[in-house]
Amino acid sequence: MAFFFEVLITGLMVGIMYSLIALGFALIFKASDVFNMAQGAMSLFAGLALVGFLHQYMHLPLWLALLCTVGVMTIWAYVIVFVVLKPLVNRPPLMLFMATFGVMYLMEGIGQSIYGTQAKGLNIGIPDNSFEVAGIFMSSFDLFFAGVAAVLVAGLIWFFQKTRNGRALRAVSDDHEAALSVGIPLLKAWYLTWIIAGIVATVAGVAWGTRLGVQFSLSYIAFKALPVLIIGGLDSIPGANRPLFQALRSVRKRDS
Amino acid sequence: MFYRECGNFKDNYASDMAIFPIPLDRWGFIVMLFMAFVIVPLFASEYLITNIIIPFYCFALSAFGLNVLAGYAGQISIGHAAFMAVGAYSSFILYGRYGIPLIPSILGAGVITAIVGTFFGLPSLRIKGFYLAIATLASQFIIEWVIVHVQWISGGVFGTIEAPDMYLFKLWAIDTPVKKYYLSLCILVLLMTIGKNLVRGQLGRNWMAIRDVDYAAEIIGVNLYRDKLTAFAVSTFYAGVAGSLITFCYVGSANIEEFNVMTSFALVGMIIIGGLGTVLGSFFGAGFFVILPIAINQSLGAFMDVVPSDILSNIESIIFGGLIVFFLIVEPYGMARLWHTIKDKLRLWPFPY
Amino acid sequence: MGRKLSFTIFALVLVASFILSSGQAMASEEKKPEQFVGLLAYRTGPFAAGGSGLTSGKEDFMALINMRGGINGKIMYKWEECETAYNAARGVECYNRFKNKMFKVHPESTGITYALIPKATKDKIVVISSGYGRADASDGRVFPWVFTIPTNYWSQNTAKIKWIAMQEGWDGKDMSTIGKYLKGLKIANLHIDVPYGQETKPILDAMAKKFGFKVRHFPVPWPGIDQKAQWMDIVRRFKADWVINRNWGVSCTVPLKEAARLKFPSNRILGVWWCGAEEDVLPAGPAAKGYYSTNFHGVGRDFPIIKEVVDKVYGAMKGNISFTRVGSVYYNRGFVAAIVDHEAILTAHKKFGVKVLTGEEFRWGMEHLNITKERIKEIGAEGLMQPLKTSCADHEGGGMVFFQQWDGKKWVSTGDVITPMRKFVRGMIEKSAAKYAKEKGITPRTCK
Repeated sequence: MAFFFEVLITGLMVGIMYSLIALGFALIFKASDVFNMAQGAMSLFAGLALVGFLHQYMHLPLWLALLCTVGVMTIWAYVIVFVVLKPLVNRPPLMLFMATFGVMYLMEGIGQSIYGTQAKGLNIGIPDNSFEVAGIFMSSFDLFFAGVAAVLVAGLIWFFQKTRNGRALRAVSDDHEAALSVGIPLLKAWYLTWIIAGIVATVAGVAWGTRLGVQFSLSYIAFKALPVLIIGGLDSIPGANRPLFQALRSVRKRDS
Repeated sequence: MFYRECGNFKDNYASDMAIFPIPLDRWGFIVMLFMAFVIVPLFASEYLITNIIIPFYCFALSAFGLNVLAGYAGQISIGHAAFMAVGAYSSFILYGRYGIPLIPSILGAGVITAIVGTFFGLPSLRIKGFYLAIATLASQFIIEWVIVHVQWISGGVFGTIEAPDMYLFKLWAIDTPVKKYYLSLCILVLLMTIGKNLVRGQLGRNWMAIRDVDYAAEIIGVNLYRDKLTAFAVSTFYAGVAGSLITFCYVGSANIEEFNVMTSFALVGMIIIGGLGTVLGSFFGAGFFVILPIAINQSLGAFMDVVPSDILSNIESIIFGGLIVFFLIVEPYGMARLWHTIKDKLRLWPFPY
Repeated sequence: MGRKLSFTIFALVLVASFILSSGQAMASEEKKPEQFVGLLAYRTGPFAAGGSGLTSGKEDFMALINMRGGINGKIMYKWEECETAYNAARGVECYNRFKNKMFKVHPESTGITYALIPKATKDKIVVISSGYGRADASDGRVFPWVFTIPTNYWSQNTAKIKWIAMQEGWDGKDMSTIGKYLKGLKIANLHIDVPYGQETKPILDAMAKKFGFKVRHFPVPWPGIDQKAQWMDIVRRFKADWVINRNWGVSCTVPLKEAARLKFPSNRILGVWWCGAEEDVLPAGPAAKGYYSTNFHGVGRDFPIIKEVVDKVYGAMKGNISFTRVGSVYYNRGFVAAIVDHEAILTAHKKFGVKVLTGEEFRWGMEHLNITKERIKEIGAEGLMQPLKTSCADHEGGGMVFFQQWDGKKWVSTGDVITPMRKFVRGMIEKSAAKYAKEKGITPRTCK
């Protein structure tokens, strides 16, 4: 029985890690109807940038490095929205999807040209100790990121439900034209969404990067996160955080 | 001026319904065929034929298959490479293990793939849009898993099947690149002719009706379920044939890693960059995704002494990604639309009006 | 519309001219004849760390030889790279691009190796898969054009089992007593679930039957970024004594972290040689300390020949990789492969005279390699590589497996260099090769 609970909890933890990526997908899909292929690449780029600021090129303190990374992701958000997506407003979603496919290649190429291709360790000082509670191994690292994910989701829910900008974004996602007619600037709303998605991608990049090392494979996590997204709902932010499914999956894997 | 439609009178039904109603198009097409059948094998180098033109044909075929599904019937699939894998493996099994003649086994592989594809098309009856896309993505992973794990298919530990020597009617060995070229070209022309007629016939019109507004299509009497599933069947048939051709004529061994999810995305890219719902677009898109990376790679080779090779390889993907974005921005409806625009201009050129 | 259209046409013309210009080769005006080497590299993608190291190691060795005045002082190396991105179709394209001028090919990927074996056999080009590819290609009678120099996966796994027995107290000499130490041991084979990962399942099963230990296979789905479920199984249910880490790329790193989380000792994990590079363990941080891996060559820069590369090639700023990676595992692996090829060229020169070799002549050289300990000392690679002696039937050569341990900062050789159970492996290889020959209708050639 203890083993069952251990599997369940482990699965939950894995699910939370995946939901960090799924969250980015859901955000952008909700706001701009774009199925963002580049979400994994964004995490990769954020991870690479953080390593660059932290270890590789500069040795900034952690908070400053994180801030700079978010800054870099903001620049990317600007480029994506105003260079790539702006000319494609009102096109079928499939074209937007393809455009993010191109952005994915761009990001991977540029990121690896600047920061190199070898796997880099990322250490942000979160202890990865494991401890035992009632015969179940837990990792402080997993718990920390579970907490971060919870805060992130709570923050986003609050943002979308309570703030003016959040409501504007929701209006945009409901109906582009109606939102435009009541005076919400579409591109600005998208820009905001992509910035938020960039921040989420940074968190995911840090979480996965400390775990796997910052390397190209980070961009693959996005594909693995897709089932989470589908079960949770493509356009639902709390839905993206439904790791229970993941837990069930690992229980099933154990039995097979 | 140069591209004229006038003076071309249709005085019977047959000429009204011809594939190329305009003589210029007809002549252009014949010239293209002549190029493909005579000029290319005569003058192109072996490298060009095996590495660029054969894969180009195969991917054009596969892209057309996806175009039937996504461009005509409006059902997006991002697991199409897996169907190519099904075709590749089943044709090898049919030909290599059971000794069925070459052409029947290639087409039979298409039929097997169509059966598999119809099965994976079942979700399309209930869901659409990106949800369907994800369901087809699942088919990609399921098929990959099955092929790797079922020993009977993949051949056990060394999970790759090598292409047996090809013989047509047990007499002609298809061994040189030119012969392989002709094999793929003949199948391409045959299937494209069938395909073009399919999409402009009743079935194609049904598909387009489903694509545009599905419930409206149902109201006017289109059998939604049947036609969605036939779209899947036809589309995966083309994918299967393309998959078997690419392994028989190009790679020489069926390897599951080659038909991975990135190939699936590339196929989607081909039809979007090329032009959704056009036959011509399938060719343009295949050219973009097959020829362009090789061209970029080769031309960057000239800079090998100047730029570190690490960066050079990454520049390749930057250029490729940049071009995708560029083409989408310049012509969101694909290169086929660009072609139409050029034709429109040529109609009047050099006069402004 | 008009402006947009003309802009687009301009872009199309640009692309077209790009394609056309690619056909031109650069004219070279070297006086000495050149031996062309086509390199299949992958410097992008998930395995870029491996691909860049392997390729640059070979390039640096060839650069060194050129600086010394060429092969036998008369022939220069000339090489060109082609990016495969670890993709079989692109690998085949690269092969076809080079095939008219090259005499050997290192596919550097199991998938590409499989695709190239039939082609290269037809084109008379030697395929060298150092430590990857088909293990049964070591049978030179069925695979005359393929070399698995210096060792293959099956040899590696028998050496691993021997080494594990030694850790359990076996003296390492008397094969009749090895069963006593292995009996009842539980060994988990954690493998990536692609053909490469599944390749060693039969030999492990066969050994388990023979020596009485228990082996269970734990497949990790590609790309293996998440292995929590497998590790729960390994540690909690199977309660493994040893874990064999048979992964590739990022999936090599994950097990170390997972093991640490479940308090499984890292010095009970033994990696395949593709999981034994700096890039695999560095991201795991302290969790990797104590982790063992196999190898088939030495690590570090502490060898005369590598010092010479550092002095001459990097001194002249002609290096092909960032200087910090010289002496890393993948770099040395490429470097050693280049040394072996070079020795084969020298051997062939002895028979056919000093000239630009064809594939056939080079194959003769590969089959008559005899790199003795003295020769290795002469090259300046003592400890970097193992003695090799090939023959017409034996395309493996040495087969020796090195063991190394990660001390938290660098790889340290444990000093164990273990000969695999050659007879046992050879039997399986011949059986498997015979099966392949029968399927493909090949008549194995006879070797005197």
